[in-house]
Amino acid sequence: MENRDKTHEIMDACLLAGKIMLQSGAETYRVEDTMRRMAFALGIQQTHSYVTPTGIMFSSEDVRPEMTRLIRISDRTTDLKKVALVNDVSRRISGGQIGLSEAVRQLKEIESASLMPPFLVQLLAAALASGCFAIMFLGSWEDFVPAAIAGGAGYSSMMLFHRMIPVKFFAEFSASVIVGLCSYFFVSIGLGNELDKIIIGAVMPLVPGLLITNAVRDLMAGHLVSGLSKGAEAFLTAFAIGSGIAAVLSFL
Amino acid sequence: MVYLEQLITSFIASAAFGILFNAPRESLFKCGLSGMLGWMVYFGLTYQGYGAVLGTLAAAFFIALVSQMFAKFYKMPIIIFSVAGIIPLVPGGLAYDTMRNIVENDYTTAVALGVKALMISGAIAVGLVFSEVINHVFRRQGAIPRKAGS
Repeated sequence: MENRDKTHEIMDACLLAGKIMLQSGAETYRVEDTMRRMAFALGIQQTHSYVTPTGIMFSSEDVRPEMTRLIRISDRTTDLKKVALVNDVSRRISGGQIGLSEAVRQLKEIESASLMPPFLVQLLAAALASGCFAIMFLGSWEDFVPAAIAGGAGYSSMMLFHRMIPVKFFAEFSASVIVGLCSYFFVSIGLGNELDKIIIGAVMPLVPGLLITNAVRDLMAGHLVSGLSKGAEAFLTAFAIGSGIAAVLSFL
Repeated sequence: MVYLEQLITSFIASAAFGILFNAPRESLFKCGLSGMLGWMVYFGLTYQGYGAVLGTLAAAFFIALVSQMFAKFYKMPIIIFSVAGIIPLVPGGLAYDTMRNIVENDYTTAVALGVKALMISGAIAVGLVFSEVINHVFRRQGAIPRKAGS
């Protein structure tokens, strides 16, 4: 029976690692790989995992009867730092540098830590990226400032709406409406030349880039369910942004 | 002149996206670098008149290649480097034009632009996959832990 308890503990650690990674936006293939490597290094030879964006199933074949665990993933964000940190823990486990208890302690620490940069830094980054994109799409330098302000306003309103109403589609839709309104306002008061370039630059921080990249990687790695569902999520986001802009344009 | 402008803005934009995705601080410079290199490939090709699909394909391929080298060298997940680089290639402008034409009831133009946006998305995918394939060919280690039995 002792063996079963040990297996249970190891699976707990693996699932915790998988959960953090999946919630932070890692690819499905990486989550499965990390869990298997961790389990192997900690002493479970045979494992199977099935990872989708909304849940993880993980089973161990070493003890009879087989043990299977399931956890549900409800919310996903993008936090590449957590992915890198968990990856690091798993590397050290595989290298034999840390044991099970130390790994669990570190993983719990990573899970509870909030590592995102302060809101102001995010806002500045979004604004800067928007302004730069307006130039990259061959806008003129007069479009830099309006695009930056509209982009910052769009990004911060998405965060705000998402906190108030936890429906992602609505948050993205309203954010892009605000982007459209801001851009139109700036052009009509004579700040900035081309409405198109300003809007395109300003919606870039809302674009689901991570989802698109991961969807392709997942599909090619044979994780068809995850790939398709991530693709669907990306499409939904793109549709929300597009219809938000379209809503503004149709009133002009 | 226009190249210098693009060089600087694409670096800043990619690094800023690194911040938005909370990439580890020490990797922000590399995010910017991979984004900048990819964008210069894309911009150089399209500026010479090679078409956006080809440019995107080459740029996505290049970004994935650079990211793989970074990932291997710094022992970090590859998405940290590739995501920030891919973002500028996403056909946001075309998608916007598509939407705009739909709103203006010009469906014929909208469909043409929409198909082009789709082609470019496909080119991003194919570029990523190509470089992954090359990576696999050159590095034929399986996903099984290397130190089996330890």
